[in-house]
Amino acid sequence: MEFNKPADQNLFDRSKVVGKPHTRIDGPLKVSGQAPYAYERHDVVDGQLVGYPVGSTIAKGRITSMNTEAAKKAPGVKAVVTTLDIEPLGIWDYNAARLFGGDKVEHYHQAIAVVVAETFEQARAAAALIETSYDVEQAKFDLKSEFERLQGTGEPDTVGNFDEAFAAAPVTLDEVYTTPSESHAMMEPHASIVDWSDGGDMKLWTSNQMIEWGRQALAKIFSIDPDRISLESPYIGGGFGAKLWVCSDAVLAAVGSRAAGRPVKLAMPRPFVANNTTHRSATIQRIKIGAAEDGKITAISHEAASHTLLGGSGENAIAQTPYFYAGDNRYIIHHPVEMNLPEANAMRAPGETAGLMALEIAMDEMAEKLDMDPVEFRIANDTQIKPGNPMKPFSDRHFVECLRRGADAFGWADRNKTPGGQRDGNWLIGHGMAGAYRGAPTMKSGARVRLKDGSLTVETDMTDIGTGSYTILAQTAAETMGLPLEAVDVQLGKSSYPVSSGSGGQWGAASSTAGVYAACVALRQQIAERLGLEDPRFEGGNVVDGDMETALVDIAQGEELVAEDTMEFGDFKKNMVHATFGAHFVEVGVHAGTGETRVRRMLAACDAGRILNPITARSQVIGGMTMGTGGALSEELALDQGRGFFANHDLAGYEVAVHADIPHQEVIFLDTLDVSATPLKAKGVGELGLCGVAAAIANAAYNATGVRVRDYPVTLDKMIDKLPAI
Amino acid sequence: MKSFSYERASNAGQAAARAAEVPGAMFVAGGTNLLDLMKLEIETPRHLIDVNGLGLDKVEETEEGGLRLGALVSNTDLAADDRVRRDYPVLTRALVAGASGQLRNKATTAGNLLQRTRCPYFYDTAMPCNKRSPGEGCGALSEGAFSRQLGIIGTSDSCIATHPSDMAVALRVLDAVVETVTPSGATRRIPLEEFHQLPGDTPEKETALMDGELITSVVLPAPVGGKQAYYKARDRASYAFALVSVALIRQPDGSGRVALGGVAPKPWRRPEADAELPNGARAVMARLLDGARPTEENTFKITLAERTLASMLAEE
Repeated sequence: MEFNKPADQNLFDRSKVVGKPHTRIDGPLKVSGQAPYAYERHDVVDGQLVGYPVGSTIAKGRITSMNTEAAKKAPGVKAVVTTLDIEPLGIWDYNAARLFGGDKVEHYHQAIAVVVAETFEQARAAAALIETSYDVEQAKFDLKSEFERLQGTGEPDTVGNFDEAFAAAPVTLDEVYTTPSESHAMMEPHASIVDWSDGGDMKLWTSNQMIEWGRQALAKIFSIDPDRISLESPYIGGGFGAKLWVCSDAVLAAVGSRAAGRPVKLAMPRPFVANNTTHRSATIQRIKIGAAEDGKITAISHEAASHTLLGGSGENAIAQTPYFYAGDNRYIIHHPVEMNLPEANAMRAPGETAGLMALEIAMDEMAEKLDMDPVEFRIANDTQIKPGNPMKPFSDRHFVECLRRGADAFGWADRNKTPGGQRDGNWLIGHGMAGAYRGAPTMKSGARVRLKDGSLTVETDMTDIGTGSYTILAQTAAETMGLPLEAVDVQLGKSSYPVSSGSGGQWGAASSTAGVYAACVALRQQIAERLGLEDPRFEGGNVVDGDMETALVDIAQGEELVAEDTMEFGDFKKNMVHATFGAHFVEVGVHAGTGETRVRRMLAACDAGRILNPITARSQVIGGMTMGTGGALSEELALDQGRGFFANHDLAGYEVAVHADIPHQEVIFLDTLDVSATPLKAKGVGELGLCGVAAAIANAAYNATGVRVRDYPVTLDKMIDKLPAI
Repeated sequence: MKSFSYERASNAGQAAARAAEVPGAMFVAGGTNLLDLMKLEIETPRHLIDVNGLGLDKVEETEEGGLRLGALVSNTDLAADDRVRRDYPVLTRALVAGASGQLRNKATTAGNLLQRTRCPYFYDTAMPCNKRSPGEGCGALSEGAFSRQLGIIGTSDSCIATHPSDMAVALRVLDAVVETVTPSGATRRIPLEEFHQLPGDTPEKETALMDGELITSVVLPAPVGGKQAYYKARDRASYAFALVSVALIRQPDGSGRVALGGVAPKPWRRPEADAELPNGARAVMARLLDGARPTEENTFKITLAERTLASMLAEE
């Protein structure tokens, strides 16, 4: 099915299941420990051995020798494979790091060996016995000096004449902001069981957000036919983009399985999540804004840099700037800087997360310069087209309504407006807000449905990374087939199922529900033809046509009806910009003595099309707000600039927000419908909640103290010298 | 993890004797730190002596009017003890500021004193560390290293690690005494002040304990009264090590005691700094942190210590 024009009124506008608050259908399995994650799939193949990785201890250079004698003789060891034993493996299209093979070291904890043994303890102990010698090469890890060198170079995306407009603007801002490298730090580290025992077909039970990408990637990495590869990833303990890719857990398990002639399972040790897999790059961002006295932006420049391995793209912090706010003169450019650090790649809302951390502080600073309310300043610069391109309208944009609804619900008008002017005991109280913007792409997505005895099974290689895919796909199928939710069974994450959008870029929910809808429509047509009906309704478990009602359970008398289809999205979508919008409002307390910042309450108002399930959608948004709290106040992969590695590579050192950091959270969904998004008029919401929230917290900390921090995370050391005397 | 043998001890004196006799032996109680370190091969004991069965898990009153805290009393139980809450509130506050509920359920009084530093260069065995491998050099003192969390005073050119405990900071301000049994069966009393050692050029030697010596209890002198407080400044609200922590006992006449955590290789207290309490936080810190040698990344701890104490003093 092709979605080739905006959706008319359809069954989802009269929905009984979609849009209703259903708790997640996989919840009971998860809370009772019955949803098996990759490393726990003991029953899928016999004879599993355990692999343990060895990582490089330098950032750049060549391995001159590896001594594996002691490791090979260690108890229980079945195989040891070093990176010197094999030719460099292939690198997949969307990645930059070589996962294994050859003597070249490009980053710390790059995988250089795998030890396979009977038990985990044996493999780990033997891995520690491998001795490696290197020729170390010098490398630089100073993003700041690279940014200074690159400023003003390259080919910017321009509209009008920024320099002239900025020079002429009566009110201007020119500031530099920084964001640190961040780790996905999901609970479940990367883990895979691989059976490639005979070097023939390769079977993986893994934790991966994108099943078909994974199959294609492995095919390229090992130069084998993708049809010889199968993947399963039904449950995923968090990914946030770290599991968009095949990582070295899968590659080492495959190599180990081939060498040992038995299936091998391997989970990344926690430090490898920081230094072996991908992360969000640090950024430096210089933002210049010029505005007229009435608050209309006339000029905006956003120049950013981030680090990346050769061939990668870093963190594109300018992603939102061509779209979010009006302004006739623009200068926008991102400089990826090559650096021998682990691969910088997508982490939840890549681009916008880091970009809005900076831009939304800049907007707060501009509002102050203009003596405008920051909400009104943003409203004054709303745009319904891509700035500079009237031919490119937004498909559906209600940013102003987010700002107004959010401000009302939060009590924004009643806040103290004078920085440092409100106190509660030892705590300085501040309020801040920020806008949120995140693209709403859709991706081709397929599904298969099977109807037997009135029960429907949905099969698609879509994944549920904790987001609620199982539930919203069941709701979509139930709605389309007129069945109760309980009559639908959803099966996900197998490469033998039709290829879906997968989970990433907040495209999963919108795309995969459309795919399931397409498959259900195909089944409806098949049933209609079978019954000789033109256009029957499907409701209450029945096929209804005039006075005639046939129960779905009776249609095929024990036979299984199967239909499959893929939703494709037509070119008409390219004529407009699809995005989601939001507004964050935050109250913080900053300890007047220590400078510690703690969030006291937070609220987000979101415009993200039809909300398919308010419970799972809210869960996504408050999860984003929680991640943004960590990003604002404590998360930083601490770079050792001398050696080039992230030193705080565990969950004690890399401080994500904990329960005690998270206060009352409120989420408001605007009841919007984006008719040109999907047949369900839905857009993603999984990343929107993270976008802008860190800046709202930083702005609130400024309002509390009068100290403006432009370098994340907003930790006490960055303001303690500037706080008033006690 | 290296292979090791294991035994359960049933008598404290015999446990100490065994520890001195068996090469590479270590005691294990809650295991909340030791097992992590063994998995990373930072600690590689060849033999573990499990002391959990020694019955040292009671809080008892002493003849002097104080409390004897058994070495195996869990941090959770100690924090919740009515007598501790009433007479030594700084200890309860310090305990509940540490770790997480789950860890405090397993962590013991003696184990808390003996936990190792959380310096990232100590934890990454690919990095040089004089504490882990004497003579190897200090990763945290090299150009471009990450030292924000590390020590500012009492450190040396060979090590700038801090002692991570909250409990020990409170015990220090309470003038606690560590009681031990030695391998020969003798008992010993070590004031907490002398228990933890400064690194000098032997950062691997962290305490005054001799080979095999086992902590049996920690004694709190009779209550000193006063207003007691513990403030732990950190980047997140829970489950984070202190950037700076302050244990404070203040008497109605303005005199009192102050100890700091998060700044030194041991709970940090100086009598001459205590004497400055009536003159305010700046005067206290001028004495307490005299001679500090912070890195560029952790200079802020000096200001933070002073401002934390100042806000505690201002609270009355």
